Amino acid sequence: MRHALFSLALTFLAIAAQSAAGFEVEERHWIGPQDGTPLRVISTTDTEILAPLIKSYLLQNPGVAVDYTVANSSEVMKAVLEGEERFDIALSSAMDLQTRLANDGFTLPHRSAATALIPEWGEWRSHVFAFSLEPASIVLSASAFAGAGVPRTRQDLIALLRAQPERFRGRVGTYDVSVSGLGYLFATQDARTAEAYWRLMEVLGSLEPQLHCCSASMIERVASGELLVAYNVLGSYARARQDLAGKIVVVDPEDYTNLMMRSAVLLKGGSHPELARMFADHLISAAWSQPPAADYPFSKPPVAFVDSASPKRPIQLGPGLLVYQDAEKRRRFMAEWFSAVRKK
Amino acid sequence: MSAGVNVSGSIRRRLLVQLVGSAALLAALLFIAVLAFVRNVAEESHDRILLASATSILDSVSVQSGELTADIPYAALSMLGNVSDDRVFYRITHPGGTLTGYDDLPVGGVPVQPGQPVFESARYKGEGIRAVTISRRLSVQGVPVPVQVSVAQTRLGQATLLEQLVWSALYIGAGFFVLASALAFWSAQSSIKPLRSLTEAVSRRGPKDLRPVTRPVPAEMSPLVSSLNSFISRLQASLARSEDFIAEAAHRVRTPLATVRTQAETTLMRVEKEKNRASLREMIRAIDESSRAAGQLLDHAMVSFRTDSLELKEVNLTELARDLTERLQPVAELKDIALHFEGGSPVCIQGDGILLQNAVRNILDNAIKYSGQDSEVWVRVAGSGAQQKIEVEDQAGGFGGEDTEALTRRFVRGANAKDTIGSGLGLTIAREVAEAHGGSLIIKNSQTGAGACVTLCFPSH
Ligand SMILES: Nc1ncnc2c1ncn2[C@@H]1O[C@H](COP(=O)(O)OP(=O)(O)OP(=O)(O)O)[C@@H](O)[C@H]1O
Ligand SMILES: [Mg+2]
Repeated sequence: MRHALFSLALTFLAIAAQSAAGFEVEERHWIGPQDGTPLRVISTTDTEILAPLIKSYLLQNPGVAVDYTVANSSEVMKAVLEGEERFDIALSSAMDLQTRLANDGFTLPHRSAATALIPEWGEWRSHVFAFSLEPASIVLSASAFAGAGVPRTRQDLIALLRAQPERFRGRVGTYDVSVSGLGYLFATQDARTAEAYWRLMEVLGSLEPQLHCCSASMIERVASGELLVAYNVLGSYARARQDLAGKIVVVDPEDYTNLMMRSAVLLKGGSHPELARMFADHLISAAWSQPPAADYPFSKPPVAFVDSASPKRPIQLGPGLLVYQDAEKRRRFMAEWFSAVRKK
Repeated sequence: MSAGVNVSGSIRRRLLVQLVGSAALLAALLFIAVLAFVRNVAEESHDRILLASATSILDSVSVQSGELTADIPYAALSMLGNVSDDRVFYRITHPGGTLTGYDDLPVGGVPVQPGQPVFESARYKGEGIRAVTISRRLSVQGVPVPVQVSVAQTRLGQATLLEQLVWSALYIGAGFFVLASALAFWSAQSSIKPLRSLTEAVSRRGPKDLRPVTRPVPAEMSPLVSSLNSFISRLQASLARSEDFIAEAAHRVRTPLATVRTQAETTLMRVEKEKNRASLREMIRAIDESSRAAGQLLDHAMVSFRTDSLELKEVNLTELARDLTERLQPVAELKDIALHFEGGSPVCIQGDGILLQNAVRNILDNAIKYSGQDSEVWVRVAGSGAQQKIEVEDQAGGFGGEDTEALTRRFVRGANAKDTIGSGLGLTIAREVAEAHGGSLIIKNSQTGAGACVTLCFPSH
């Protein structure tokens, strides 16, 4: 019986992306028994990454299935705002968007034994719950930087790019902030944190940078040697690619490294709020238990930031993030960013 | 002790209720005042932060190439997040419409004058909010345009803060109440203390102590004490009057009785007829009885009088007892009674010699009176460290099963006294004298069982 359930849980059922929805779906999977009560999850995280956690959740909750929809962060936001499809829980790496959802009243509060595990900076008003902590890193081509000369800070990188513009022309990349919510988050946090960021963007802009939708494609291109430097790539993804370990170098800048938190919000209007709570608790306790669960797919989040001198800092959850969701602010930031990056 | 007293209410309880009641009232007032104060402070500080946020947003509004634009600083909203986990809303408007922010924010509806922030409370997105609206004039292509900024925040954080403040105000109030109650208890206790100590002093007095109360008392109690004193002195006067009366009456009766007795005896000698002689003897006996009663009444009145204001002097009991024994020797000899005195070195106490003599005489009188012919009576005086005593032992058969305590009551006589003249006051006098000296009268049968052994005991001082 238990065995049968397990194998059922393992069955992935791809469902054709619904073109009827007002938002763009990347992929959609039905995980678990066909006739199970569906927990509807919308997420920016690829199915394979969360699969082990989803499976253990299904094992603990027989008769439940997970209807898992993957979209990029702005589409996740759109899906929730339009509310055509009723999702129970939204998982996203775009902390500002999650914060906006919570601030504007689209989410449900939740308190449990699991949420009590989260450090104070990992949750906001019991509506937004972080379950990972991932660095914004610089990914370098291993062959190009063989031996010495690996830049450790943004200053190093700026100096390097300025010194050899011909070597790097057309072979540098970063997020397209107009496409990627995470890219926009990283860019705005950089702009807020260091004046060196704008200088870096100016330098990048002079080198005809390639702009990308996602970390995965930047990692691939660096590995293939097409790009020599990719800036603000999710370090967790890059390090997870064991197959590319010899081809790329992942650097967490030593001047400062932004840490993004993947977070969950429970959505109002979902049909199974209780299942959603259990799922959120499952993710949270996997992440924040000491030690984290065996099937936790991300690197272990440091529970305490005792060392305030550490260059790694989590991006602060809270109303400050709403500033970059302001239409006027966003418009101005985009204009400024593109004028720096798209310099002729 | 309060038996038979009609008790209604209690000063202490009433005081306690009034003090505790006013403490409760004050504590409640304190609670309300503290609460109102901290609520005010909390609200004001929250308003100030809202205003700071709105001001920094308004400062970020500028005109660029003829158009209004805003560059909201990160700190403008993050500072609100540092205070509490509340939801934050804002809006920037100009006469042409909303520049940016939450278009439907239900505050700042009316134009606000520059430099005069308007604070409002409203409901938005299902929650209560607190908002501030400020404005400023900017020049757009030479035309002054009023720009208005509203910043609002939900009040959950403030509510939790207020809840904490309510609790601390409650603790302050409760603490005050407990302290005030303890003080109330203490002051109620101490205010009735003089009453209590007066009560104790009065009830500790001996039965004959009719001196006025002279101890210091609080002013409020002085009317009570002075009427108590006047009551005591009236009582004393009336007691003295009745004792005087008895003494006077006894005295007046005794003298004529003596005359009548002499007459009766003379007549008895002359009368021959046996029947007349018998009735004369009867008459003489009745006269003896009456005269004895009068004499004892007189003695008793004297004893009462002297014990009321006892004057203490050194009295040699050995001397006193030997003297009495000698004086009663002739009476004893009439009945062939051998009267022995046993006493060594002098035994002395502080006391009234006349009273003590009277007591010992009554006891010795009994021993001789109730003894038969040819018996023996012993008078012994002894003093140990703890007590001094005079003991009279006889062979008169003792008290049998008689209640010896009852025999010391006034006019009570035993079954063996039927043929003996007496009034039932002898042992009463002896006991009262013993008690006036702080001692006691012990009445029991002698060790041999042949008679009585009556002892006057006095403790050493
Ligand atoms: N030594 C004694 N032996 C036997 N009975 C005694 C003795 N002394 C007193 N009693 C009993 O105790 C009673 C009370 O004695 P108490 O001296 O008070 O009165 P009384 O002798 O009768 O009268 P009086 O007042 O004239 O002395 C006596 O009537 C007698 O019955
Ligand atoms: Mg007698």
